[in-house]
Amino acid sequence: MSDTTETPVAGRGATVIREIMSGGATRALLSVVAGFIIGAIFMVFSSEEFLAAAQYFTSRPTDALGAAWTAIAEGYSALFRGSIYNYNADNFEASIRPMTETLRFAGPLIASGLGVALAFRVGLFNIGASGQLLFGALWATWISTRVELPWGLHLVVAVLVAILGAAAYGAIVGFLKARTGAHEVIVTIMLNYIAAGILTFFFRTPELLREVDGGGTPKSDAPAETAQLPLLLGPEFTLHAGFILAIVGVFVYWWLMERSTLGFRFRMVGHNADAARTAGINVERMFVLAMAASGAFVGLAAANQALGVRAGLTPDIDGSIGFDAITVALLGSSTAPGVLLAGLLFGAFKAGAPQMQVIGLAPEITGVVQGFIVLFIAAPPLVRAIFRLPPPQKTTVIADWWHKLTTRGGAK
Amino acid sequence: MNTVVTPGLFSQLDASVSKKTPYLMGAFSVFVLVAFGFLGKTETVAFQWTKEDDAINLPDFLVASNLVGLVLGTVLVAITVVSFVLAQRKRVTPLWLTLIFGLLAVVALLAWLAAGNTLPFAFILGNAVVLAVPLALGAMGGIMSERVGVVNIAIEGQLLTGAFLAAVVGSLTDNLYLGLIVAMIGAALLSMVLAVFSIQYLVDQIIVGVVLNVLVLGITNFLYAQWLSNDGQNSNFPGTFPIIPIPGLSAIPVIGPALFEARITTYLAYVIIPVLWFILFKTRLGLRARSVGEHPLAADTVGINVALTRFWWVTFGGLVAGLGGAALTIGAVGAFGRNMSGGQGFIALAVVILGRWHPFSAAAAALLFGFSIVLRVWANQVSPGIPTDFITIVPYVVTLIAVVGFVGRVRAPAATGKPYIKG
Repeated sequence: MSDTTETPVAGRGATVIREIMSGGATRALLSVVAGFIIGAIFMVFSSEEFLAAAQYFTSRPTDALGAAWTAIAEGYSALFRGSIYNYNADNFEASIRPMTETLRFAGPLIASGLGVALAFRVGLFNIGASGQLLFGALWATWISTRVELPWGLHLVVAVLVAILGAAAYGAIVGFLKARTGAHEVIVTIMLNYIAAGILTFFFRTPELLREVDGGGTPKSDAPAETAQLPLLLGPEFTLHAGFILAIVGVFVYWWLMERSTLGFRFRMVGHNADAARTAGINVERMFVLAMAASGAFVGLAAANQALGVRAGLTPDIDGSIGFDAITVALLGSSTAPGVLLAGLLFGAFKAGAPQMQVIGLAPEITGVVQGFIVLFIAAPPLVRAIFRLPPPQKTTVIADWWHKLTTRGGAK
Repeated sequence: MNTVVTPGLFSQLDASVSKKTPYLMGAFSVFVLVAFGFLGKTETVAFQWTKEDDAINLPDFLVASNLVGLVLGTVLVAITVVSFVLAQRKRVTPLWLTLIFGLLAVVALLAWLAAGNTLPFAFILGNAVVLAVPLALGAMGGIMSERVGVVNIAIEGQLLTGAFLAAVVGSLTDNLYLGLIVAMIGAALLSMVLAVFSIQYLVDQIIVGVVLNVLVLGITNFLYAQWLSNDGQNSNFPGTFPIIPIPGLSAIPVIGPALFEARITTYLAYVIIPVLWFILFKTRLGLRARSVGEHPLAADTVGINVALTRFWWVTFGGLVAGLGGAALTIGAVGAFGRNMSGGQGFIALAVVILGRWHPFSAAAAALLFGFSIVLRVWANQVSPGIPTDFITIVPYVVTLIAVVGFVGRVRAPAATGKPYIKG
């Protein structure tokens, strides 16, 4: 392309701008914007006022346009009220509660998103987050309802067991891939169903994990108080320590992938497995370790789901987290800060649901927005075409500058 | 070009004949013989071959449950011996023998479950067929796409699209056939997105597939909640296709009513499966398609347009999967429900592998999954003590075993999942 052979006249400033515009962060941001725009279109066409006004659009177009604007403004302000700050609330607690709800929903999304992201970086596609979450939650529930331990220790053991359970379930995938070459996508899909069956069996059988005086429906007891993740902001808010777990996960993920030897090996296998093998890395072992690590992060989400509740668990505790995790990892481009932000965004979508319900807009609209965001993320050429972004640049002005800044004037 | 390429989606085993199949068969035979035979229940089972309103009524067949286990267990042991001998002579156990083995094992399981009860054979078979149709059609769509080298994870989204459009268009226009056609076109359009992204833009096929699933789920969930649940009478009340018995064939005892008293969606599946087999394996068109999926470079060299072949096969695959989606709504229960496909697209994906990318075997595999769904419901009714959750997961475990490579050779079209860059 002629873009790369730029004239010197364009100068350094233009190069920087072009680098920013072609970068992944810009693309992610624009994908989100595009997703919201399409969500707005859906809102407009599901607004009855707009459809009524559109009947006489040619005679009085302002009516229809006004109705369209109202629909969009009401929809997104409801989302804002439900997920960030409720400016209509009576007291302070109620007005900031939405933000805490967003954090609560974001916890498991961030954690499981990290798991899927880790697998992505190793060139593996873990769509088994749902199964790993269920399997981790199963053992965590066993600890939290059937084992008695002192305060403090109980919670630690339960969280560790959730992580170990999910990691073990993930390791099975890596093992099968390494030993037989079976593709992880198929294996994880099957293991998702198998985990769901096992969990339901445990929750249905009285001698195992079923509610002590429950009926025929599969449901477990509520976790013992000593094993519950403590509330962070007092009884007024439902936000619990699971979010802290997720944040710790973000730091661990960053350190593991960007700073540790193991992470370096992971990334090497992800870039080029053959080259990694030639360099003396045991690729098969990396598959097993990577899937176990991926499962371990999902295990944090399992702890969130199993120990962050005050009531009994049902077999659908994974909700849609397993698949949302994929969208979180995609949007976050598998980096620690990216996953954190993407998890917060999708957490906000979940938190905003009740407020949207109130104004008569189906909260499922956020699913539409989410779907389009990841569609744009998955297809970089599409976003570049829509927003006329420059193609990926070969120049490294920003990286050089950053390098200079961080190495105190110039070891380069 | 920074494209992430996922390595081949499916396991590839070496060509040597392993003894895994006979060993596995042996384990199953012994289990059936011991659990359902020697330790089986002594109550009688009434095999109810026909329903009361069938043309020809066969009398119920009464037999002790453990006797069935003993007899069938012995037959299974015999099949295992045959399989061993074949493996000894370096020959693969034929597929039909494996299928018969599986069928007999299922019958033994049924007889054990139904001890002291009636076993409504016609009822189970008939329902299994109805449940298998969407799976089989989804799998045919998957086969068409993967045979030309494009992994289709989006079957789930195609089924959902088909189910939604069939119900909505069928209701709004009061014409189910129009609903059927629109469902097929809608799913084909979705397939085109997959095709364009993976062929033109070289985006990772699995990622596109998953993303399309998320997108379709999001859109249909929203439209269902916002529109269909409020205005169901007008927009989500399509009814179903009439049940048309085929004269003559439907009078065959046992299988007649199960197979030939069905809706048009089922009959279309009966047509599509053999036609697809014929096109794939007996025509020049199919040969070209398979060559594109196995070795695109060679196909390109002899003048086949790889990109165009892939595009059209994937698109037509969507057409077939859309029909499968329509079978979920107007071919079975009528109205559309939230997340109606509920993972059946992923089961269809499993069916593709279990059926080794072959239409007939895939249809048999779909029937297996259909069986397992009926079995779960029925077993719950006759003997509540049975852990039905384990019956639920049996097909998934079987698929897992097949993928991991214990049941014969599972080999995907060689170029599946790999984009082809003409150079």
